[in-house]
Amino acid sequence: MATPTLLMGAVAYAPKVVTIWEGFKAHFAEHGLAFDYLLYSNYERQVEAQFDGTLHLAWNSPLAWLRAKRIARARGLSVQAVAMRDTDCDLRSLIVVRAGDALQSAAELRGKTLGVGAIDSPQATLIPLDHLRSLGLVAGRDYAVRRFDVLGGKHGDHIGGERDAAKALLAGEVDACCMIDGNHLAFGLDGTLPAGSTRILARTEAFDHCNFTTSPAAPAALIERFTALLLAMRWDDPQVRPLLELEGLREWRVGRTSGYALLDRAVDDEGFYGPDGRILSADYRY
Amino acid sequence: MVPMAASCLPTIDIETLALDQGALLLIRHALAQLSPGGSLLVRGAAPAWDIHLAAWCRQQGHALRFETDASGTPTACVTRAASAEGRWRDAQPAAAPDSGVAEAAAEASPGWGLAARGATVEAGSPRFEFALRRKHELWAATAGELYRQAAAAQWDPETAIAWDSAFELPGVVEAAVVQVMTYLIENENAALLVPARHLGQIHPHYREVLQLLALQCADEARHVEVFTRRALLRGHGPALSTAGGQASLHTLFDAPDFSIATFLLAVLGEGSFVNLLNFLHEHAPDPVTRQIARLAARDEARHVAFGMAHLEYRLSVQPDYQARLRNAIEQRYDALAPTAGLNEEVFDALVLLAAGELTLSAVARGHAAVGQLQREMASGRRARLARLGFEPAEAQRLADLHTRNFM
Repeated sequence: MATPTLLMGAVAYAPKVVTIWEGFKAHFAEHGLAFDYLLYSNYERQVEAQFDGTLHLAWNSPLAWLRAKRIARARGLSVQAVAMRDTDCDLRSLIVVRAGDALQSAAELRGKTLGVGAIDSPQATLIPLDHLRSLGLVAGRDYAVRRFDVLGGKHGDHIGGERDAAKALLAGEVDACCMIDGNHLAFGLDGTLPAGSTRILARTEAFDHCNFTTSPAAPAALIERFTALLLAMRWDDPQVRPLLELEGLREWRVGRTSGYALLDRAVDDEGFYGPDGRILSADYRY
Repeated sequence: MVPMAASCLPTIDIETLALDQGALLLIRHALAQLSPGGSLLVRGAAPAWDIHLAAWCRQQGHALRFETDASGTPTACVTRAASAEGRWRDAQPAAAPDSGVAEAAAEASPGWGLAARGATVEAGSPRFEFALRRKHELWAATAGELYRQAAAAQWDPETAIAWDSAFELPGVVEAAVVQVMTYLIENENAALLVPARHLGQIHPHYREVLQLLALQCADEARHVEVFTRRALLRGHGPALSTAGGQASLHTLFDAPDFSIATFLLAVLGEGSFVNLLNFLHEHAPDPVTRQIARLAARDEARHVAFGMAHLEYRLSVQPDYQARLRNAIEQRYDALAPTAGLNEEVFDALVLLAAGELTLSAVARGHAAVGQLQREMASGRRARLARLGFEPAEAQRLADLHTRNFM
């Protein structure tokens, strides 16, 4: 009988995704785990493949995690977040304005134009819009939204949307824009936003990002082995360090699901998915 | 930045300097002073310093918490990640354990890659499979000194030669000069390309040799330029190139290793060329040719010096390599036996060039001068072979087996 192979889904948001998962595949093979990956062009189809028996698990965005959880719940099934990166924990999104502008509080965005990222970006669209809604400001009613939509279906993994929104802010095309905290620093360092040219108007509460989501009825022994091998990867090891660097982490952590409440609420309030995981957003293309 | 003494933990105050304006460097520097697991207190007053610090610590794996003192001023406590020095675990110095930065190792590791000699190389760096990575295969004790001489002796063809010097040569003599230049150009092409082919195979740990050969290639590039400019100076095109001449040069491309190539090209070929260039400097009928011959001869003498120094080094650590040198000369002689050697066009051109005119007495003088040149070339080869340890009779025999094409 052939050795059972663990099948994982990943979204090809950039060419490096092939390098990353070929590297992991070789690493797992060296440690006796038969592993293969299937690439998807978008998270929606990947999550759906978790429920038709194609995938044992998926490297999911936070939004994909919530959709998988909603579909599972609606069908009386169960999915688990088994592992995540250290860099997936406790992120914040920012609403940024030009340094010299008069805006001093989020409430003053009323009547203004906010640049956001892709329609499905948790960090650059859904969570910031939800944050403003919690302050009583509703997109389209109290302020205008200009979307910088890059690669729909990638759930904001491609930072092009955030970068385009930041450039539009500097160009005076929008009054404020949204981005994740690390990108505000990165854009300052790489010159996209010259240091001191912008000011942070608002910051959201902390939230978590990606996780490895198991599919219903995933083979428990293979998942356990997969998770153990991930957690054993060490930054000190020159063989695996390049993979960790490409994937953007120092260490893998056991998955936690405590950091998705903000996005869960945003998904409901912005009408992105229904309680059963159906896609509700009419403008969403992927 | 003001170092703070109030806390028992090291503390820095980045004041109003933002992380994307340089404060990150100060924080990195302060953290580098701590062992992994050690903590640093950071205070700041720039807008967003705290949120940037949080984002950066998350990316770097440093733990972070904020504390607020009685005055309400927030202070960040950064705990250096356990993995902070992981990148340098098992890093290797790009030098043999018993070799300092100044001294080249007996063998260079492919894993040192392109790193500076003596640098610390991260484990997992890519391997560069340079074929020439053993010292005895390429080294010369005087390589560093010869490089310094070469760097100081570079000349600009545009200004070093008085291209507009006034002179008028008889047509046959100008044609002879053009033929000699044509011959020199193809020989210099070989003298550029043969070392260049080995240059790309040398492990950069042996930087003195790398640098010297790079300048040697630059020397030959200039020689190709000035010989070409002289050939075209009076409106004539380059003249004849013979199969025999190119066959002789072709064997240099077939040399089995760097040492043999250097032996045949530099010690024997360029050594003979120094005589030829000195001959041109002395006998050329016009000032431009005399100037370029003088400058090129100076460069070529350096190339010969490197070739000799390399082979002396190789023979000092591998005495039986001498048999390979002998074989190389004999094999090249056999390979060239069916060819014509120096073509009569070049020989006649040298005679005419030295004669300066097409008269009986001048041609006799030129012929005698070329004969003297050939004796000086053979004598020079014999002397260099003797310096490399060949017995006098053997040195004489091998010197006479050298290609009749000179290079």
